[in-house]
Amino acid sequence: MPQIFEYNGSALIAMVGKNCFAIASDRRLGVQLQTIATDFQRIYKVHDRLFLGLSGLATDAQTLYQRLVFRHKLYQLREERDMKPETFASLVSAILYEKRFGPYFCQPVIAGLGDEDKPFICTMDSIGAKELAKDFVVAGTASESLYGACESMFRPDMEPEDLFETVSQALLSSVDRDCLSGWGGHVYVVTPTEVKERILKGRMD
Amino acid sequence: MKLDTSGLESTAPLFGSLSSGIHDEISAAPSFALPNTINFDGFQKEAIQMVKPAKGTTTLAFIFKEGVMVAADSRASMGGYISSQSVKKIIEINPYMLGTMAGGAADCQFWHRNLGIKCRLHELANKRRISVTGASKLLANILYSYRGMGLSVGTMIAGWDETGPGLYYVDSEGGRLKGTRFSVGSGSPYAYGVLDNGYRYDMSIEEAAELARRSIYHATFRDGASGGVASVYYVGPDGWKKLSGDDVGELHYHYYPVMPSTVEQEMVEVTGA
Repeated sequence: MPQIFEYNGSALIAMVGKNCFAIASDRRLGVQLQTIATDFQRIYKVHDRLFLGLSGLATDAQTLYQRLVFRHKLYQLREERDMKPETFASLVSAILYEKRFGPYFCQPVIAGLGDEDKPFICTMDSIGAKELAKDFVVAGTASESLYGACESMFRPDMEPEDLFETVSQALLSSVDRDCLSGWGGHVYVVTPTEVKERILKGRMD
Repeated sequence: MKLDTSGLESTAPLFGSLSSGIHDEISAAPSFALPNTINFDGFQKEAIQMVKPAKGTTTLAFIFKEGVMVAADSRASMGGYISSQSVKKIIEINPYMLGTMAGGAADCQFWHRNLGIKCRLHELANKRRISVTGASKLLANILYSYRGMGLSVGTMIAGWDETGPGLYYVDSEGGRLKGTRFSVGSGSPYAYGVLDNGYRYDMSIEEAAELARRSIYHATFRDGASGGVASVYYVGPDGWKKLSGDDVGELHYHYYPVMPSTVEQEMVEVTGA
């Protein structure tokens, strides 16, 4: 991954359970090795059943998020309904490809509940190549460690509480092997009826 | 091609001209085969990047009323990846002297062990322990002889000798400084902040140990390349003693217990037009 993606440091993960999903991130914002904040928000709520995580360069992540919120609001006004996760993924992809030759230095993770409460997760590269997955997706400077942790800890059709435990353990153990992410965690578990948001205590080094 | 360092050897032969082959092997300065390349500097530059894992570090040492306090973190990293959380960065040269490790792990380990040998030999030949001044100069001279060849060492030699507590900073650029307060490594600016603020010469051992531990903790918090365990050593008239080794992960919640709260920072929408 080019150096610019590792400027601020990040760790993101989304995982599918039985009629539910979880999306989690670390809480660090740094400038290279220097830790600036330990309460940074990387996961954004698009609507009650749709979440977006943005890893990579924080300044681009915030700009990209603002543009996506703007486009989603226009959609809501015209259609009088929320976007489906699949539609939103296509929107993100299109907005990223607009900047094909000068991209936003971000790798997004999208997770949402679609029609009939079917969970949807996906990730993209910085110019909008969608990668759909049935089980889990990861992004950020700790992505290699996250792949390893998820690959060994994931089980299909987990209940929300199990899913929370799995995602949290995978996140915490992965960021402990990465200098540029960690300093606590932030987890959302989304079921058809509720959204549970939790903050994880983690190693602060 | 061999690098001849015999001219730089500072210790006189121990037994006149009687030195045997076996004796030479341990007392003579080691010589290393040099790579057979025309572009020596360029080759070195590439090779250095390959063998330099422990880059991020926080180490500190200071002299106070009762002796010398030495502390360090325990993380080794390769780029962004944490390769170990349990590295011994405080090297025990002999029962009265400690060295700290910052820069290349192999360079530090090797030359400290080498210094340990030289100090023991000095002890055997002169029937008294080497001074901290002498030991640090021994190391500084060796490092200077390899200057420009890519060694990466940033170390503090701390100990107790006939003149009392001693502390020197030695690096691979050839520098050697005497002082009462040092910190070395990527986390050193953060450690200095806490250390300079809390330092008093007439501290008790307990106060000094707590200051050292706190300085390391704050460095591990801010510096991504420092972390793991904060170890604290004390060197007094009776030699060194390890006082503590605290997991920084637990130390944080010891210093700053968590008050239950919700998300502190949120992306708030701009109200109005």
